[in-house]
Amino acid sequence: MEHLLTAAFLGSLLLGAVTAGVPLLLAGLGEQISEKAGVLNIGLEGMMLFGAYFGFAVAYQSGSFALGFLAGGAAGAVAALVMVLLCVRLGMNQIVVGIAITLAGEGLTALLHYFTFARSYPRLDKIGTLAVPGLSGLPVVGDALFNRSLLVYLAVLLPFALIWVFRRTQFGLNLQAAGDKPAALDAAGVSVMGTRAAAVLLTGFLGGLGGAYLSTVGGGLFLPFMTGGAGFISIVLAMLARGKPLWVLFGAFLFGASLSLTTAMQVAGIDVPTDVIQMLPFAMVILVLVVFGRHSYLPPALGLPYHRGER
Amino acid sequence: MAGLQEKGRGAEAAFTLLRVLLPVLLALVVGGLILVALGKDPLAYYRFVVERGLLSPIGLQASITRMAPLLLIAAGLIVAFRAGLWNLGVDGQFLLAAVFVAALAPSLVAGGLPHILVILVCFAVAAAIGAAWSVIPAYLKAEHGINEIISTLMMSFLGVSLANVLIKLPFNDPSTTVPQTATLAVEDRLARLGGTTIHWGVLLGLAAVIGVHYLMSRTSLGLKLQIVGSNPRTAIHAGIDVRRLTFLAFAISAAFAGLGGAVDVMGVQGTIRADWNPAYGILVIPLIFLARFNGWAVIGFVFFFAVLMIGGESAARRMGVPTFYVLVQVALLLVFFAVVEMLDHARQKRRGA
Repeated sequence: MEHLLTAAFLGSLLLGAVTAGVPLLLAGLGEQISEKAGVLNIGLEGMMLFGAYFGFAVAYQSGSFALGFLAGGAAGAVAALVMVLLCVRLGMNQIVVGIAITLAGEGLTALLHYFTFARSYPRLDKIGTLAVPGLSGLPVVGDALFNRSLLVYLAVLLPFALIWVFRRTQFGLNLQAAGDKPAALDAAGVSVMGTRAAAVLLTGFLGGLGGAYLSTVGGGLFLPFMTGGAGFISIVLAMLARGKPLWVLFGAFLFGASLSLTTAMQVAGIDVPTDVIQMLPFAMVILVLVVFGRHSYLPPALGLPYHRGER
Repeated sequence: MAGLQEKGRGAEAAFTLLRVLLPVLLALVVGGLILVALGKDPLAYYRFVVERGLLSPIGLQASITRMAPLLLIAAGLIVAFRAGLWNLGVDGQFLLAAVFVAALAPSLVAGGLPHILVILVCFAVAAAIGAAWSVIPAYLKAEHGINEIISTLMMSFLGVSLANVLIKLPFNDPSTTVPQTATLAVEDRLARLGGTTIHWGVLLGLAAVIGVHYLMSRTSLGLKLQIVGSNPRTAIHAGIDVRRLTFLAFAISAAFAGLGGAVDVMGVQGTIRADWNPAYGILVIPLIFLARFNGWAVIGFVFFFAVLMIGGESAARRMGVPTFYVLVQVALLLVFFAVVEMLDHARQKRRGA
C-alpha cells in the first residue's frame, strides 16, 4: 500500500483530477443554471461533444487555445439554441429534444471527425501555463494546482461568481423564480421565456467550453464519443448540488480524481484493467445517489414548459 | 350526414398518416442535405441503402433478423414509457444479459443439456440479469423520487464497462487471441425459419411487442401502469401501489432488454468480443415515440429502421459514409417528431376552441 502514497502517485492523481474535473465543473455549473430556471438539459452530453469538436478544430487551425475555447463555447451555445427554440419557445418535451441533441452531437461530431481528422489524428501541443509565484514550487500540489492554464483558474473562480449572481443579482433571482414559480415571475413583468432562454444558452456555452477543454487540453486531440458520459455525470453533479455552486466544485474534482485514477495507478506501477477503473465514476454516482439520494433537490417547475395563462 | 362523418374520418386518418410520415420525410431530406455538405450524393446513398437493406434477398433477410433484438427492446420500452418511466438504461441491461448468455450457452451445451433447455435457461438468466440491473433505479425512483433518466443512464454506463470486464477476465475464451467469450456452435443457435437466414427470435420479438400492446391496453395491470404513468397522484388516490408497480414496470422493461441480448447472441452473434456495444437501445427509443407507444406502429418503424441500419452498414463499407450517420438521422427524426407533434397539438386546440 505504501507506494500508493508516494509523491509521484499523489501528484499525478491531483494533476489528473484537475484536468478531468474542469470539464465536469464547467458543464455541471452550466446545468445548474438551467435547472434553477426550470429546464432539464439532457442534451448536455451532445453540447459538450459539439464544443469538443469545434474547440479542437479551431484551436488546431488557428493555433490559439483561446480561440478554440471561444469556438467550443459558441458551438455548445448554438446547440443550446435548438433547445431554446424547441423547448423554451415552443414548449416541446425537454427530454425528447435533449436526447435528440445528444444523439446529434454524437453522430455529427463523429461524422465530421471522420471526414476531417480521422486519417491523421493531429495533436495539439501542451497549453501554456501560468505559475502562481511562491506556490507553484510546492511538492505534490505545486504543479497540479498552481501551475495551470488561465482557464483552470477561471473555472475554479466561477462557482464563487455564480454564488454572487444567484444571491445578489436580479438575474439570479429571476432564474430561481423561473424554476420555482414561473407564473409569479411572469406576473412581476419579467419574461419567463427570456430568462429560461438565457439560462439554456449559458448552459450550452459552459458545456461547450468544458468539451473544448476536454479535447484541447485534456486529450490534445478529438475522438468520437470522447466525453464518455461526462455530460451525464455533470447533470448528476448539478442535481446533487441542490443549487449550490460550491458543491459542484467539490463534486467535479472528486469525480475528476476517480476518472484520473487509471493514469495515476500506472504511474505508481499498479496494473488494474482500465475497464474496472472506468466503472468507478459511474459506480460512485450510483452509490452517492443511493446514500444521499433523499437530499437531491430539483425545482418544482423543472421539465415543464411554461405557457402563459395555463395552470 | 353520414357522408360528412365519413369524410371527417377519412381526413383524420390522412392526418394520422401525415403525422407519422412527415417526420420521416423531413429527416430524410435534412439528412440528405447533411450528406451533400459532406460531399456525398444523398440520392445514391439512399438508393444504395434501399437496395442493400430491402431489395436484395440477403439484405432483406438480414434486416428482418436485425428486428429481433430491436423488437424485444421495444416491447420493454413500451411498458416503461406507458408507465411514465424513462428507462434509458436499456443498453446496459441488453449488453450485460448478452454477455452472461454468451458465456453460459456454450458451457451448457458442453455439459450435455438438451437444446430446448439450453434456450430456456439462457432466456431466463437473460431476463433475470436485465431485471436485476433495473432494481437500483427503480428503488431510487420509488423511494426517493430520483429522476430515473439519470440513474438508468449511469447504470447503463456501469453495465457496459462491467460487461467488458467480464469478457476480458472471467468469461474470456483462452483459445482466442482477442478477448472474447467462447463461441456457440452454429447448430446450437436459434433455429432458422424455412430456407432463410432468419431465426425464430424474430417471431418472439413480434409476439412480445403485440403481447405488450394488449397487456397495456386490455388488462387491469396495464391500465394501472398507465394511470401511474399519466398521473401518479391519481394513482395513489385510486389505491394503486405505485411503489410496487414502479419496480414491476422497470423489471418487465429491463427483462425484455435482457431477452433482446439473449436472442442476438444465440441467434446471430454466437460470441461477444470485448468492446462490442451495438447501442440498439438509444436508437430504439425515438422509434417508440414516433409510433406513439402503439405496438403495431412500433413493428413498422422497427422494420424501417432495421433496413436503414443494414443498408447503412453496407454503405459504410462501400460509399464511405460511416454508420455514425444513422445517429444523425435518428436525432433528426426525433426533432421533427417533436415539431409535428406540437403542430398537431396546436391544430387540435384550434378545433377544440
